[in-house]
Amino acid sequence: MTAPAAHHYTSTGLDSRKIAIWAFIGSECMLFVSLISTYLIYKGRSLVGPFPHDVYTNPAGETFNPILNIPVTSASTFVLLMSSLAMVLALAAVQNKDLPKHTRGERVLGSSKLWLWMTALLGTTFLGFQAYEFTSFVHEGLSIRTNLFGSSFFTLTGFHGAHVTAGVIWLVTLLAIDYRRGLGPNDALNVDIAALYWHFVDVVWIVIFTVVYLLK
Amino acid sequence: MAENPHSDPSATEPKADEHIAQHHHPDWKTYVKVGAVLTAITIWEVWAYYIPSVVASRIFVPMLLTLSAVKFATVVMFYMHLKYDHRLFRVLFTGPLLIAALTLISLLFLFGQLVARFGR
Amino acid sequence: MATTAVPTRGTHHTATAPSYQSGVWSWLATVDHKRIGILYLYTALTFFIIGGLEAVLIRAQLQGPNRELLSAEMYNQLFTMHGTTMIFLAIMPLSAAFFNFLIPLQIGARDVAFPRLNAFSYWVYLFGGIFITLPIFFQLAPNAGWFGYAPLTTREYSPGINIDFWVIGLQILGVSSLAAAFNFITTIINLRAPGMTLMRMPMFTWMSFVVQVLIVLAFPVITIALVFLLFDRFFGTNFYTIAQGADPLLWQHLFWIFGHPEVYILILPAFGLVSEVLPASSRKPLFGYPVMVYSGILIGALGFGVWAHHMFAVGMGAIADSVFAVSTLLIGIPTGVKIFNWIGTMAQGSIRFTSAALFAIGLVALFTIGGISGVMHASPPADLQQTDTYFVVAHFHYVLFGGSIMGIFAGIYHYFPKITGRLMDEPLGKIHFWLNFIAMNLTFFPMHFAGMLGMPRRIYTYDSGQGWDTFNLISSIGAYMLVVSTAIFVYNFFRSRKNGEVAGANPWDAGTLEWSIPSPPPEYNFATLPNVTSRYPLWEGNEKDMESARVNLQEGKTAEQLHIVLPYSTIKPLIVAGAMVIMFCGLITTKALIFVGAAVLVGSLYSWLLSPLEPEHH
Ligand SMILES: [Cu+2]
Repeated sequence: MTAPAAHHYTSTGLDSRKIAIWAFIGSECMLFVSLISTYLIYKGRSLVGPFPHDVYTNPAGETFNPILNIPVTSASTFVLLMSSLAMVLALAAVQNKDLPKHTRGERVLGSSKLWLWMTALLGTTFLGFQAYEFTSFVHEGLSIRTNLFGSSFFTLTGFHGAHVTAGVIWLVTLLAIDYRRGLGPNDALNVDIAALYWHFVDVVWIVIFTVVYLLK
Repeated sequence: MAENPHSDPSATEPKADEHIAQHHHPDWKTYVKVGAVLTAITIWEVWAYYIPSVVASRIFVPMLLTLSAVKFATVVMFYMHLKYDHRLFRVLFTGPLLIAALTLISLLFLFGQLVARFGR
Repeated sequence: MATTAVPTRGTHHTATAPSYQSGVWSWLATVDHKRIGILYLYTALTFFIIGGLEAVLIRAQLQGPNRELLSAEMYNQLFTMHGTTMIFLAIMPLSAAFFNFLIPLQIGARDVAFPRLNAFSYWVYLFGGIFITLPIFFQLAPNAGWFGYAPLTTREYSPGINIDFWVIGLQILGVSSLAAAFNFITTIINLRAPGMTLMRMPMFTWMSFVVQVLIVLAFPVITIALVFLLFDRFFGTNFYTIAQGADPLLWQHLFWIFGHPEVYILILPAFGLVSEVLPASSRKPLFGYPVMVYSGILIGALGFGVWAHHMFAVGMGAIADSVFAVSTLLIGIPTGVKIFNWIGTMAQGSIRFTSAALFAIGLVALFTIGGISGVMHASPPADLQQTDTYFVVAHFHYVLFGGSIMGIFAGIYHYFPKITGRLMDEPLGKIHFWLNFIAMNLTFFPMHFAGMLGMPRRIYTYDSGQGWDTFNLISSIGAYMLVVSTAIFVYNFFRSRKNGEVAGANPWDAGTLEWSIPSPPPEYNFATLPNVTSRYPLWEGNEKDMESARVNLQEGKTAEQLHIVLPYSTIKPLIVAGAMVIMFCGLITTKALIFVGAAVLVGSLYSWLLSPLEPEHH
């Protein structure tokens, strides 16, 4: 979070940190594809339930309903999408910090603190949904040890949740800087990088939502 | 001049590049519209999930995958502003994404998770 | 203007101001890519010797039938650690030594894009290397092969702590490689001097770039495979639990999706070094430069589509076998192109047979042999005969020793004068080369025959009367000779560092940018950023190039005198790296360590990120 080293010559005219974050995101594609592949490879191969989309009756006669809670996850998916919207507005607010603001609407749109708060809160809400989902699954008899589905599901979504957590910490750090000295156009790149990370995590969830929750 | 080591030796060209990269972002209205589109697609996806005849039909899986891909591309293009940014970033992202997608598809074939969908 | 006394900027920072101090602290806190490169070089050479000694023990055990020098268990640990050490702790970091030292010099930069991240990569590598190496001294080392096939490595079949060291150690080393890869990708894209277009970049930098991309794409896959194994071993998940329906091939696929690009990660830097050494010693530009670039990229890209050729024996079916056989055979084409282009580079050149040139030519010869045996087991029917035999051992040692190590030796002889300012002793270098060349072939060529006669890999002893005895004896004699030749190299290295002939800026009359600055280079590398107009600026450059080259040769000026802003030295990357390793240690000792490590990690990371890289620029 150091000030951009503007005096350094670069061959592309771009800031090195932005190149690095895109390379990092490219790398993360392979990370999540490894997780998603494993989830799909093991789909339908669990020997015991609970299962994601099917009813399971164990030898003792206990019946387990399909475990995925689509309404709750749809809500959390929406929350994460909206956090991405808040994030672009936060970035725009930081970039346009120096523009004059006349109307109330312009002041609201121009408040980087508001939109950063919004993003962080929506991200935290998403994590809350995930915590609720995980605990209710455990109550219903699905842990990371239960079957192949449990192992691959919790690891995949847990990895995603860890990324969201790191993103929330990042956003809170930006907020702290905003409160201490105010984020301005000079910090736009720092916010941009955080935003790219945040949107990427959102994009991963878009895939997970379809592949894990909706496809039966 | 040689003694001034950080004088920018060829400042003009790359700076112009950066200029284009930094100042062609859409405004908040576009962002909100994109958000609305994403929400609409999500509602469509969840709706499809709850309609048994859609789930049973042949288009269910391709439709959901397409919708997901559209959302993916929308976020990447507009919110990650890849559409407006330097093409280097496009290369840095799409290259790995392509290799990742091909790896995923090959693995599904190798483990027999995709075979069943072909032939009959 | 230049001679006017400029107010000393940043005087309040003098305590931490970057300067070429000596002493232990200056090395612990360095962020200078050249010093980090030197740290990589020494550390990796140490691990190379450790890995070599492990191999010597293996060869001593196999020298004759039914020998009892080593127990079966100890033998398993030794071959596992020999492979792991040579791949992750010797060859990759030896390449990293050159990435660090050379890439900024070759592209005309003052440092890498993220100097502190660079230091972090090194310290993670050092700590991870120590973490994974120490257990062998307590006979607790990993013992399931460098590929650690699960379910063999799950808790059920490997209950001891041995595999824990391997899983955690590789996870740590992966962080180092990934951090370095992001750094070098950014450096090569963004810190090229004016005029250094992509198609003017030295071939070593090009091949390094391909390698960094491979690391960025391949390492996440093994990271996830290792996470699964770690979770299986520590938290009871079922990724590799066959009794729960897990697929025994999952690990193999994920591992080789990483593992095949990994072999290019190991060989392409050596290809790059040879592509610098051969033009300099043939006094001719590299033959077919653009084709060399494209073939390097093609090798890297195709490298992601061939992984299952390591798995022909598991019965994937005719279609999968055929697809991977074809893609594997295809990759032979760009590789062959490289071989012919090196020969084309030497053809009609006035070759100086320096030690570096000899090692480079050695690579061309020996790698070709390894390449040809590789093409043999690209064919599934042939592979079914060869897999898990010494034929495969012979193959990959021709590629890795005959290829990577020979290339790296070529690089060391070639760049030693740039790194130290002194030349390595040539007669000793030539003795090293010939002894190495003969011993290498003596060690590994007979393995082809032993393998063809059916000798399996990873057996700790064998009965006589199977036709393997003589071949094994010859191999062992070759291995002992390799010890002698390496000892000569080490002696030469340390002797020349102190007493070698003073080299000057460009002892080989080479053409690339790194030879335009003093040896060893000043801390700021280039007094003025060079302006590049050709692939070999020192050979083909115009007057403007020559002028900037002359400016760059003004020795003895400090960065301060030239008003060059350099990053502060800082110990923080070391602390973050240490905290991370402590965190991982918590997994196998006490959970409390995880929290202590995490707390220090977060604290020191924030302190790092919130402190400025370098003095404010005015
Ligand atoms: Cu391979």
